[in-house]
Amino acid sequence: MTVRRVMGIETEYGISVPGFPNLNPMVTSSQVVNAYGQYVLHGPRHRTNWDYELENPLRDARGFDMSRADADPTQLTDDDLGMANVILTNGARLYVDHAHPELSTPEVTNPRDAVLWDRAGMEIMRTAIRLAADIPETHPIVLYKNNTDNKGASYGCHENYLMKRSTPFADIVRHLTPFFITRQVFTGAGRLGRGQDGRALAFQLSQRADFFEVEVGLETTLKRPIINTRDEPHADPERFRRLHVIVGDANLSDTATFLKIGTTAIMLSMIEEGALRGREWTPARPVAEMHAVSHDDTLRHRLRLADDRELTALEVQWELYEQARDFCTRSDHAEPDVQTDEVLDLWEEVLTALGRDPVELADRLDWVAKRELMAGFVRRDGIAWDSPRLQLIDLQYADIRPEKGLASRLEARGRLRRMFTDDEVACAVDRAPEDTRAYFRGECIRRYPESVAAASWDSVVFDVPGRESLLRVPTLEPVRGTRAHVGALLDSAPDAATLIDRLIPDGSR
Amino acid sequence: MPQRENAEQRRVDRTDEVDEVEAPQSAEAAPSELDADVDAILDEIDSVLEENAEDFVKSFVQKGGQ
Repeated sequence: MTVRRVMGIETEYGISVPGFPNLNPMVTSSQVVNAYGQYVLHGPRHRTNWDYELENPLRDARGFDMSRADADPTQLTDDDLGMANVILTNGARLYVDHAHPELSTPEVTNPRDAVLWDRAGMEIMRTAIRLAADIPETHPIVLYKNNTDNKGASYGCHENYLMKRSTPFADIVRHLTPFFITRQVFTGAGRLGRGQDGRALAFQLSQRADFFEVEVGLETTLKRPIINTRDEPHADPERFRRLHVIVGDANLSDTATFLKIGTTAIMLSMIEEGALRGREWTPARPVAEMHAVSHDDTLRHRLRLADDRELTALEVQWELYEQARDFCTRSDHAEPDVQTDEVLDLWEEVLTALGRDPVELADRLDWVAKRELMAGFVRRDGIAWDSPRLQLIDLQYADIRPEKGLASRLEARGRLRRMFTDDEVACAVDRAPEDTRAYFRGECIRRYPESVAAASWDSVVFDVPGRESLLRVPTLEPVRGTRAHVGALLDSAPDAATLIDRLIPDGSR
Repeated sequence: MPQRENAEQRRVDRTDEVDEVEAPQSAEAAPSELDADVDAILDEIDSVLEENAEDFVKSFVQKGGQ
């Protein structure tokens, strides 16, 4: 068992221009993306296009395709509307998705790296809004790493995990559903508002929970399902599926992101190896329990399971943790690595503290940190829990600007723990992970920006002088194109033409 | 405190007796040892909070995403 697998995080940021609420968010989102693209690639000419060749957003993991005529227009993510899109030297994709700027991290192989490149993504967005502020006749744009405007709209922070195709999808649904419902006790980013439109002003654990309406489905923008069946592996579909997880909150806390990704990876490892077969934690009413767990920050709510047991979310998490710990101890075929142990230890520590007093985790979990800030104002100033000031704290906690964002202010005071230094994050802004194909993609864009015409998760397309047509280099294997694999080749190629000659000696001229 | 919730919300809450709209548990909790620093933090947060909280929150309207 291990937490190591190919994974990544996509985050849609909330966007607003204070004082100018009627500006078109597609335009302002494009300004953010293009400002960064021009800065990092030294001019609009070198903006790398997205290669849509292999996109298939309507492929369903259950084994059928939705017809394009049946799809909601918002599901057609491969329809390039001329939206801003840049691929970065760190292998990430920065683009406009619907009406939000979005950053998809490069593919990484472990939870620590997922946290690091997610952090780098936020740093990129910080730079992007600073650069966009220099565009003449525009107003400063503010981005929020949150998931709702508390007025009915939600936007996602999606996790992606590469899984074995051979794992039955029913097993994934059976065991991830109770895990996703109960992991909210540590993944929640906190929200002051109930219901999709936030009409009832009471605190809950999760930004996202109230937007989930069905158990399993393909949609991501409406009738959101707890288990999303989008099946677009960006890899050999015979061997892999990509599990697209849409239930998570966008976390500001590194620890919360690390635990979210790490524990989910452990669950996937157990599911793939059949370790949970015969065990059942499925709630009788999953969607209602998703909401109920989030709404109860005392953590006392009991979920009624399909087998009539009644357990708290923490008790379900403890049982899953014990399964993981046992499985890790008795599996002799796979040695646990340092990071797997780190996740297991942190999982235990956080569940223990949640059971004792969640306030102990104010420096590690977003919902606790946010609630403690609010509680501080309630105590000190005697304001009510529905006061506009607390609503503002809910929103501004996720403001990404270091001087204004409340999570950032807590970090600056050492009240919210960080896992990486500023230097480590700066390095991840520039460089791709070295152990996935993101290395090849990112390095090609860094070394030969003028010669990369387009790129995507599974290709890099070159436009090389002397060759009549564009050359598409497929990168369908996520763990090839690593530094170990192509580092020497790249070092030996002073330009893209040389690289192509060595990659495809018989390529058409 | 506004307590009107939409129909779906009421449906959920009926199944869940402990889940009523109430102040979070820590609001009235005893002061912790960290409180020495809390005032300083609250002061700092106060100094960076946007002006006119009510209007600022009202004007934060998003289009839905994924």
